[in-house]
Amino acid sequence: MLDASEGYVTPDGRQIGGVMMEMRNITLRFGGVVAIKDISFDIREGEIRAIIGPNGAGKSSMLNVISGFYNPQEGEVWFRGAKRPPMKPFQVARQGIARTFQNIALFEGMTVLDNVMTGRLTQMRSSIWAQALWWGSAEREETENRAHVERVIDFLEIQSIRKTPVGRLPYGLKKRVELARALAAEPKLLLLDEPMAGMNVEEKEDMSRFILDVNDEFGTTIALIEHDMGVVMDLSDRVVVMDYGKKIGDGTPDEVRKNQAVIDAYLGVAHD
Amino acid sequence: MLYREAGDFKTSYKDDAQTFPIKFDRYRYYAVLLVGLAVVPFVINDYWVNAIFLPFLIYSIAAIGLNILVGYCGQVSLGTGGFMAVGAYGCYKLMTAFPEVNILFHVIAAGGITAIVGVLFGLPSLRIKGFYLAVATLAAQFFLVWLFNRVPWFYNYSASGQISAPERTLLGVNITGPNTEAWASYLFCLVLVFFCAWVARNLTRGSVGRRWMAIRDMDIAAEIIGVNPLTAKLSAFAVSSFFVGISGALFFSVYLGAVEVGEAFGIQKSFLVLFMIIIGGLGSIFGSFAGAAFMVLMPVLLKNTLVGTLGWPTDLAAHIEFMIVGGLIVTFLIAEPHGLAQLWRLTKEKLRLWPFPY
Repeated sequence: MLDASEGYVTPDGRQIGGVMMEMRNITLRFGGVVAIKDISFDIREGEIRAIIGPNGAGKSSMLNVISGFYNPQEGEVWFRGAKRPPMKPFQVARQGIARTFQNIALFEGMTVLDNVMTGRLTQMRSSIWAQALWWGSAEREETENRAHVERVIDFLEIQSIRKTPVGRLPYGLKKRVELARALAAEPKLLLLDEPMAGMNVEEKEDMSRFILDVNDEFGTTIALIEHDMGVVMDLSDRVVVMDYGKKIGDGTPDEVRKNQAVIDAYLGVAHD
Repeated sequence: MLYREAGDFKTSYKDDAQTFPIKFDRYRYYAVLLVGLAVVPFVINDYWVNAIFLPFLIYSIAAIGLNILVGYCGQVSLGTGGFMAVGAYGCYKLMTAFPEVNILFHVIAAGGITAIVGVLFGLPSLRIKGFYLAVATLAAQFFLVWLFNRVPWFYNYSASGQISAPERTLLGVNITGPNTEAWASYLFCLVLVFFCAWVARNLTRGSVGRRWMAIRDMDIAAEIIGVNPLTAKLSAFAVSSFFVGISGALFFSVYLGAVEVGEAFGIQKSFLVLFMIIIGGLGSIFGSFAGAAFMVLMPVLLKNTLVGTLGWPTDLAAHIEFMIVGGLIVTFLIAEPHGLAQLWRLTKEKLRLWPFPY
């Protein structure tokens, strides 16, 4: 296995750094149901890490543990070299972890621009008094953050719909706006929950390109859940495979593809 | 043709973020301000002020306040009447305790007191949502009215249980009391309306407003992008109650002069202000004005046409008036569920292309 302190070099020549996030023996129960059972894995700086598995394997629960919606009953979450105490989702966001949702979770009543601007809320701290009078820091902050948001909007090629209310957009664009909102926060770790669900081939290609570009240009570490195996194998550096709440495989796409437990989970095992 | 963006280029984000990005809108706004400040005060009389301008201006403030809570932050409240009562009684206690301080401070301070009370009654919103929260705020409404009725300290042990506004001045001009001139009370309210609308607009276009709207549209997603629901919801309650408190203080001290809490600030008042923002448009400052205008002007207009022009008996006209106003509300809501503000927005979108829509 890999050394914890140093990184490795991917086949396409990118240098991957040390461990950014580490899950240690996570167990998550809902009453009597065990959603995640004793799972450990790590996510390294600059890496694209995929979590795959059949339906109900506990992938989304795992993402929810990382983003603070659930606090596991057992196990530890380590982020950037420190053990993380139980946190609320908004505190996790302030640590630099952003995410998108499987079912789009945009603010339907606001325009695309306002939605992406909400991604900057962790960076905006001018007081309510300054804002009430639109004085000094409030205005400056708004303009600075707007400039940053415009860069993200350019990057994801959604300039033309900037002032459109999100409710009017088609599905594929909504997914992209959601990614824009997450990116606007300049996250250190970006969690994507099925970024390509329900897309056609072209939209999937666009989205894959954006994910690679984000990783490449901003150096953002990405953890994603995806069902399209072709996409997962092409995009990710390392893959965790889950089944019934347990980890059954972990490694590069090639290693995982040859793993007998993984093949059994996906194709089934003959009972003889 | 005048109404368009073409040729009016924005070269900075600051320009793009201004309240009226279209030139025509900007000049229209200045014109309205100028007429309101420089023309109206010289031509109005007591009837116009008491029947139309004061209720319109004061209800506008209340509607802006409630709109921040319901329209922007998505927390339903039926306690508006109660919070207006807090503003009124706060203002009364301050006016009688510190007679030498000018009335403007009393009104603003009354808003501050209401903000604190609003935060207290907003605490349940952290746990409950929607209809259940509405019921919790309804409890605030009944409790506050009961409190002001039963505890004599609030009405300074007066025999009637009423409170009446003593004479107070601002810069040597009477603002409250029987000797106030029409233009003075009008201007006083207008300035406060302007201040409230300006602050509300500033708050809703910045990060505070985005936090509120994020909570309104999807609270789970709001949390994941770093919005603390506790501070977002409570700040909405505070700001909303601040405005509602100011409107309550004005309603009592400038408009009515003497109130009995159950009559002036009962549950009907809560519903009236809620109707205003629903008809005017949730989540819109302009909608608050439009709704207040609709609910204040419609009855006056109908009464004048029915009794004045058509010569109907007063009692019959009063009944018909209720039916017509009710019918109009229903019609409006069916035609445009997002209120007058949405109609206004659509008109503007059409105007932008007129007369060559292709």
